[in-house]
Amino acid sequence: MDSVYVKRNKAGRINIKAGNKVNSVINTTVISLTLLTVIAFLLFDYTGLDIGRAVVETASNLKTMFLQPAFSHFTWREGLYQLGVTISLAVLATILGAIIAFFLALWSAVNLSNRWVSKAIKIFVAFIRAVPTVLWVLIFAIAAGLGSEAAILGMLFHSVAYLVKAFSEAFEEVDKGMLEALKSTGAGWWQTVTHAVIPSTSTYLLSWTFLRFEINFSVAVAMGAAAGAGGIGFELFMASGFYFDLREVGFITYAILLVAIVLEMMSTKLKQRYFPSAVK
Amino acid sequence: MNENTFKKRKLQTTVFFIAIIAVSFFSASMTDFNLIDGILTIPSAFIWMGENLIITADTLSKLPNIMEKLIETIFMSIAATTTAAILSFFLGVAGSKTTAVNGVLSAFARLIASFARNIPVVAWALILLLSFGQNSMTGFLALFVGTVGFLTRAFIESIDEAGISAFEALTATGATYFQIVAKAVIPQCLPQMISWILFMIETNIRSATLVGILTGTGIGYAFDLYYKMLDYQAVALVTLLIVVAVIMIELLSNHVRKVIL
Amino acid sequence: MSLLDVRGLNKSYQTDAKVLKDIHFTAETGEFLSIIGPSGAGKSTLLRCLNRLVEADDGEVIFDGQDLRQLKKKQLREARTNIGMVFQHYNLVPRLTVIENVLHGRFGYKSTFQGVLARFSEEEKERAFYLLEKLGIEAHAYKRCDQLSGGQQQRVGICRALIQDPKLILCDEPIASLDPHSSKIIMDYLKSISEEMGITCIVNLHQVEVAQSYSDRIIGLNDGSIVFDGSNLQLDQIYLKRVYGMSTRELITV
Repeated sequence: MDSVYVKRNKAGRINIKAGNKVNSVINTTVISLTLLTVIAFLLFDYTGLDIGRAVVETASNLKTMFLQPAFSHFTWREGLYQLGVTISLAVLATILGAIIAFFLALWSAVNLSNRWVSKAIKIFVAFIRAVPTVLWVLIFAIAAGLGSEAAILGMLFHSVAYLVKAFSEAFEEVDKGMLEALKSTGAGWWQTVTHAVIPSTSTYLLSWTFLRFEINFSVAVAMGAAAGAGGIGFELFMASGFYFDLREVGFITYAILLVAIVLEMMSTKLKQRYFPSAVK
Repeated sequence: MNENTFKKRKLQTTVFFIAIIAVSFFSASMTDFNLIDGILTIPSAFIWMGENLIITADTLSKLPNIMEKLIETIFMSIAATTTAAILSFFLGVAGSKTTAVNGVLSAFARLIASFARNIPVVAWALILLLSFGQNSMTGFLALFVGTVGFLTRAFIESIDEAGISAFEALTATGATYFQIVAKAVIPQCLPQMISWILFMIETNIRSATLVGILTGTGIGYAFDLYYKMLDYQAVALVTLLIVVAVIMIELLSNHVRKVIL
Repeated sequence: MSLLDVRGLNKSYQTDAKVLKDIHFTAETGEFLSIIGPSGAGKSTLLRCLNRLVEADDGEVIFDGQDLRQLKKKQLREARTNIGMVFQHYNLVPRLTVIENVLHGRFGYKSTFQGVLARFSEEEKERAFYLLEKLGIEAHAYKRCDQLSGGQQQRVGICRALIQDPKLILCDEPIASLDPHSSKIIMDYLKSISEEMGITCIVNLHQVEVAQSYSDRIIGLNDGSIVFDGSNLQLDQIYLKRVYGMSTRELITV
């Protein structure tokens, strides 16, 4: 009676799921993440925590911060200067990172380079990416002393790792035919790069670099707070950790938020213009 | 005319590079950064690393303690990401053009996400530290807020990308809003969303190290402790373990991604 | 009384330009009705105003004795179960199986809760298989929709509409994305649906020849107004010129 194509389960009911590998992997992932989360909450260290009090207090802190922002430990000029320092840290790490990443990406793009060189660079980059930026900064700080040099070098490392991945993917998408055409005319490797690869990818490279700049700004804030890199992040750390001045914390947070939102709007514009689909 | 546009382009490029160089010099003077010194630091830093960041048998005795901290950090990242994903899912459904119930709610969802995302995680950590004190909850919440901001934007994009077509078709059959969201929107977007969640877990382990330094929890605290005690062998071990953990999670999520996407 | 009676429908989007101007027409049970016209004439908007995927500005859409435009949300849902819809781009959920997509057509008959839990009765599933078999794609029942060809996906779309047990099926350019062979298969199925099952089909088409060979009646739309309403035999060069603003000979060469 039944068509041969109907699949039934043990209870004789008709299946509607295909029961393939994709579904089972999705289910396994969701279930394991849920379980791990439950275990996490059981394992957490709740020392000295009174949730009710903490939530009420945080709410009132947030109210003071965001509704009555003010500054008392620095002047307008100093505040702006410190914000400038943070932006400058991000600028330097991004620009130097982009330059280094550009060359490394050329050597790691499979269509422009040797397979082994490409593999080696990719592994090296994966290793650098796996170490948190703050650890790079602190490790450099031992050799160079705490300050802008260690911070910029540490941030540079991560920027390079991030941009090499993005750039080399852009390079790998360059039309194969174009490269072959140039090669057939006897163009050398550098000529191919300057006349085919760069012109056809420059907008991507710029967008990615700007995207990294946006990330580097918040990293620079973090390095100021956690690794003594100075700038607005350090002021934030002082205001909350030493002076306990909530209104100043609020003021600084607003300043950071403002810069971050302006940067995000700019990069969204760039993204919409140059590559609407890719985000990662 | 052709030559003119070519010239114009060349001029634009030149101006662009001059601007970049000017900005770099300005930034360098703002931060007292000396490029030569900076570059010279790199080799000496690596030499120092080679000499001091060595894991010895002696350090291995600290392994159980460090492992415990690392596991705490991994669990914290996972918990923060999954709980944030649940909230982000609702914000994403409210915020996406495809599934938006009304404009006000949609704008509200986007605003919350932007606010949470653009205030750096360090700021959240410092703010929460004031009342939550030194425990896992502080780090968890700081990561949670940042993750909500990021994932909401990602989810909105995933839902938008899936498009309006199936939504329209099911509306035409007389299906209710929740039926459509549960049976057409979610099945279509879930793989993409899981991919974002995995990406965020990996990112959060790195952020958790930073947050841990500030809030005195997890692997960040362990790092900070040994760093200040000048116990560089232990510092090396901590760093190595973080690298191993991050890379393992990355490999695992790449494997999952390959199957589901 | 006609199954569908459209009276004085008007629609304009934000801009001042009117998309639909005072549309009147009726459709009988089991009738195969084509709407033709140049692109931008308002065919798609007209179809969507009928089941209120797009809200018209004024006018009446009397379907099965009630004015759809007066219905509240819940009554509208109920009325929509009687109107199937087939789309140019099929509008399936690509990652789900064929059988799941077909069963989506039953949501209108279920509570939110039943739908979310995907509680389908065995009769419904058997019916889904019956329809898939009728359209010749039961072998693909457990495949994901994005693995199917365009013509096969459109047949899934038709199954989804049929499982609603509709009295009327609206087809928005059902063959515009298909090759000639698949187009013929789809049109043959639609024709047999109206003839054998007595379901009214209203089909937007941009190929005049296809409309002429399948339709009982043709409506010509130009710039938001109905410029022709009659049997396919009456549609001659003079009327075609009114619909497209040029003759078919030119149409083919353009």
